[in-house]
Amino acid sequence: MSASPSTAAEPESGTAGEPGAPPDRGARGAAKRRSPGIRGGERLAGYTFMIPWLIGTAVLTVGPMAWSLYLSFTDYHLIRGGDWIGFANYTAMFDDPMFARAVRVTIIYVVLAVPVKLVASLAVAMLLSQKRRGMGFYRAAFYMPSLIAMSVGIALIWKALFSNDGVQDSIMSSFGWDGGGFLGNPSVSILMLVILAVWSFGAPMVIFLAGLMQVPQELYEAADVDGAGKWKKFVHITLPMLSPVIFFNVLMETVGAFQVFGPAYIIGGEAGSPAWSTLFYTVRIYTLAFTDFRMGYASAYAWLLVVAVGIVTLIMFRAAKQLVFYAAEDK
Amino acid sequence: MTAKTASGREIVRNTEPASERAKSWAWHLIMIAVLAIVLYPLVWVIAASLKGNTDIITDTGLWPETVTWEHFASAFDGLAGIPLWKFFWNSFVIAGLSVIGVVASCAMTAYALGRLRFPGRTLMLGIVIATLLLPGQVMLIPQYLIFSELQLTNSYVPLVIGKFLALDAFFVFLYIQFMRGIPRELDQAATIDGAGHFRVFFSILLPLLRPAVITSSIFTFIWSWNDFLGPLIYLYDMEKFPLPRLLQSYSNSEGVTNWGGMMAMTLLSLIPVVLFFLVFQRFLIRGIATSGVKG
Repeated sequence: MSASPSTAAEPESGTAGEPGAPPDRGARGAAKRRSPGIRGGERLAGYTFMIPWLIGTAVLTVGPMAWSLYLSFTDYHLIRGGDWIGFANYTAMFDDPMFARAVRVTIIYVVLAVPVKLVASLAVAMLLSQKRRGMGFYRAAFYMPSLIAMSVGIALIWKALFSNDGVQDSIMSSFGWDGGGFLGNPSVSILMLVILAVWSFGAPMVIFLAGLMQVPQELYEAADVDGAGKWKKFVHITLPMLSPVIFFNVLMETVGAFQVFGPAYIIGGEAGSPAWSTLFYTVRIYTLAFTDFRMGYASAYAWLLVVAVGIVTLIMFRAAKQLVFYAAEDK
Repeated sequence: MTAKTASGREIVRNTEPASERAKSWAWHLIMIAVLAIVLYPLVWVIAASLKGNTDIITDTGLWPETVTWEHFASAFDGLAGIPLWKFFWNSFVIAGLSVIGVVASCAMTAYALGRLRFPGRTLMLGIVIATLLLPGQVMLIPQYLIFSELQLTNSYVPLVIGKFLALDAFFVFLYIQFMRGIPRELDQAATIDGAGHFRVFFSILLPLLRPAVITSSIFTFIWSWNDFLGPLIYLYDMEKFPLPRLLQSYSNSEGVTNWGGMMAMTLLSLIPVVLFFLVFQRFLIRGIATSGVKG
């Protein structure tokens, strides 16, 4: 598309003057000479527009990443300073019970929260895609919680709802539950955060809904003619057509779930109360770095998170090659 | 009704058969059930902040038996002698600066990456996309050391500087996506008329990017309004705290005894976000649906 105007302009400048012809001051000559001029100007403009990003990326992204990689091989302490200690931080993690706890809690959270949230959001999106009256209203109402779910305010409300004798305890007690509020019960406290994640299902739902709207209705009509049932249509039409959107949501939700901090910190504090059951990996990084000032060790933690997220992302992209169906590529 | 027609997606059938009507009722019932679950925590907190009784937490009801405004009165008192409006103001300043920064820097960056050709462009675009997935925790410690060396901790600079330097990759991406929908012939026509790249950007693209500007502004406002980690790390003086830090401090001191006051304060802190959402929800939903930016 972008190529067509420039190729259309080329014959004109080619016929306007021979190479090496004296520059003429007419409009045609100006048009001829603009072409290399634009390229140079475009390059200059490009870098000029990129100046803020280039500075930011160098000083606040790439530089700090390299620095924290270096720090992860030192025992740097904010007040005492530190020395190069090789891989000692990384080997120390294997004997660190808090590391094991943080990894365990984070993995449990990712494994529970992401699938439940995505299944819920897909289910509601499919219901909404029936295009009945009021669809816009419901879509907006379901979306709203995802804007506030990760705020301190909602985390405080969650603490109230899930405390002993709170709403969750009262409702579940009437069904015979005697575990008290999730807030004080280490075997279920992680569920508070899972429920919080599921509560914010609206964001992936809107993306699913946009994807569902793109599925050509003819496919379903053809399947109807062939006598396919609802489940068959879902498996053979909806899922394949939606697979790029599913991939996007799975990727973003998983990467996001590894990095949850605010609600975990408010609900469980630095210790991940009760009994380390909400000790998220990010909370551990924060505590090591900014309470204990062990910034070298915390950097090793952070780099391991980067590597873990990187591996998960890579696996997903690999899997997507097999599983994701791109209709557009067929054309 | 006008809102419904404006969204333009409703199909209203007047001549529905009875089974279709039953289906429609069932559909609405399911939707309302989901809605009730989704909105319950918010309705509960509204009720809790008005309840006169002392056992606010244990009361699951959504209707206060005796209504009192005293929780709001104590919320407005703020914390440690600093009134609540001061914390609101701090949040507004941080969010406002963030919005200005994001709109100015991300649109520029997206113009260069999406429209101009220069060596290194592909690499830079790759870095922008990679940072979408990069856990921010890995930059946190060195960034803190930098700002601490520059004696900029306990100021808003560390909280907003990244916005002015186009580091919110989500929005750069949003603008690039949006610019793809604007025909290149427009820039080319302007260039042939003698406009430079700066003229093209400011006079032609920026006005057409208005919906993207609005979407990114609202998201930036809401995200920085909710941001907790930044203020937690960089701010020490309560005078400078935005609302999330206030709520956290309050819950550690007053909130232990004054649940009503804390619920009222929490509710007040959520109101600007909800209002923004109500006014701009169409921009938000279109924004995430087209570019995949998350709330």
